[in-house]
Amino acid sequence: MSAAVEGHIVIIGAGQAGTQTAEALRSGGYTGAITMLGDEPHGPYHRPPLSKAWLAGEMGEAQLVMRAPEMLAKKGITLRTGVTVEAIDRAAQKVKLAGGEALAYTGLVLATGSTPRSLPLPGIGAPNVLPLRSKDDASAIAARLTTCAERSLPVLVIGGGFIGLEVAATARKKGLAVTVLEAAPRLLGRVLAPLLSDWYAALHREHGVNLVLDARIASIETDAAGEAIAVLMTDGSRHPCGLVVLGVGVAANDQLAAAAGLACDRGIVVDDCTRTADPLIVAAGDCTARQLADGSLLRLESVQNATEQGKSAAAALLGQPRPFTATPWFWSDQYDRKLQMAGLSGGADAWAVRGDMGGDMAAGAAFSIYHFRAGKLIAVDSVNSAKDHLQARKLLDAGVSPTPEQAADGGFDLGTLIPKG
Amino acid sequence: MPNITFIEANGQSTTLDVPEGWSLMQAATANGVEGILGECGGSCACATCHCYVDDLMAKVLAAPAQGELDMLENVADERRPNSRLACQIKASAAMDGATVRLPATQE
Ligand SMILES: Cc1cc2nc3c(=O)[nH]c(=O)nc-3n(C[C@H](O)[C@H](O)[C@H](O)COP(=O)(O)OP(=O)(O)OC[C@H]3O[C@@H](n4cnc5c(N)ncnc54)[C@H](O)[C@@H]3O)c2cc1C
Ligand code: FES
Repeated sequence: MSAAVEGHIVIIGAGQAGTQTAEALRSGGYTGAITMLGDEPHGPYHRPPLSKAWLAGEMGEAQLVMRAPEMLAKKGITLRTGVTVEAIDRAAQKVKLAGGEALAYTGLVLATGSTPRSLPLPGIGAPNVLPLRSKDDASAIAARLTTCAERSLPVLVIGGGFIGLEVAATARKKGLAVTVLEAAPRLLGRVLAPLLSDWYAALHREHGVNLVLDARIASIETDAAGEAIAVLMTDGSRHPCGLVVLGVGVAANDQLAAAAGLACDRGIVVDDCTRTADPLIVAAGDCTARQLADGSLLRLESVQNATEQGKSAAAALLGQPRPFTATPWFWSDQYDRKLQMAGLSGGADAWAVRGDMGGDMAAGAAFSIYHFRAGKLIAVDSVNSAKDHLQARKLLDAGVSPTPEQAADGGFDLGTLIPKG
Repeated sequence: MPNITFIEANGQSTTLDVPEGWSLMQAATANGVEGILGECGGSCACATCHCYVDDLMAKVLAAPAQGELDMLENVADERRPNSRLACQIKASAAMDGATVRLPATQE
């Protein structure tokens, strides 16, 4: 598209990717109108702390704010909250809002994020069975945690993924009894190497979490008032609870795009510059499925992905394609351990451990796991080892690989492999 | 509330009343100080909140923890002896009147 220097760019979604796109449009020289529409009542805020410091009560409400609405206004970005987009009319270049209003666009950004999955279980609709995506979700969980503390009721977490485990760690920090039910035989099975899954299982058990792997849930038992009081398993066992947190993954919000005839495959299909097949429409963040050079689709749900795609989305609309090819990275805080992941570990066939995984969890182990495929480094997961993580990003960006022996040898400086300049 | 001044690389200066306990990154990003990005939301995971602290600030700050030191080794702009991560600095009354300078780039 010709650079939309004049015009009206509409951004659907006022989260990480939407905000990044709006700001990058301004810093990229766009002087036309920008409207960012968000269906939540809040302006842009940080989601990662919701399951961590914020839920632990270590930071206030106001500190979640990513950009104050007045600051967006100063940059000429119109933020409208509490507004849901119901349809995109590509032929007329308009988006239709709930309530009937239509907004014309010269460029459109889809930054609609994702929605937590649910489970087809009897009792799942109870008011104390809660997902965690938004600030309002987190507030509801925080209130229930307080009730659980007051009444000495356990917290049940369904799903041993990042969100579930972060909530479990936070609830343990508050002294609550916590059970995590994971259907797979290991934690974080999709993303971590088996030995790191086992390490995380040991960490949570060490902190007093009742961890159930291979968990088969039959139903959620509710009381006369409709509140969940226990989770029933297929083997007849019963876990009483005052709160159930659902952390079983998310689905991309691609319904608007699909209804408008844009290609979707578990997310809005975009190229590495965030372009859809419609030259006026780009998409960024959790709602996307990025098509890689080999034709496969990559779905990432991370802050880095949202910010990088946001920058690419702005660039694409300005007619200056900026491919997003950087090494993916992600972090997760649980207890006093920071996990930092660089690269994508799927398909690894060999691993090397650098540092000390430590038999004693309390001793503050710091280590990294290097994933190899066909002898080539593809990903590094670091625990309390930011140095390894940052170096790993450089190694992966540069496409250079240590041997597994070099990776495992703490005395070998991997930095020497990174090309200078 | 301590009064803290942020000076961006282009000279733009912003003075904020930062509530005690807030991180300088939070105060800066919420108030549109552009020289700090804070992409990870203060988790000490992205190094896009690099700043240079003045002597007053340095005096009241504890030494950086290992995680912060590791991130500081990888900041985008020049690392100096007074480099810190703004998300790891919690505002306190003793910082009243301090100034932090921001690097030209965070990424
Ligand atoms: C509890 C939690 C912890 C996390 N921790 C980490 C972490 O440690 N590290 C990490 O890298 N990532 C983490 N993430 C993931 C990260 O927050 C997301 O990947 C990121 O927020 C995605 O940004 P986004 O802009 O795509 O979506 P969002 O930030 O979700 O924004 C999308 C917005 O669009 C709105 N919207 C959707 N449809 C419409 C519509 N039709 N009309 C109007 N508005 C609409 C949504 O309501 C939402 O507000 C975490 C996420 C959660 C929920
Ligand atoms: S905000 Fe990411 S390291 Fe400070």
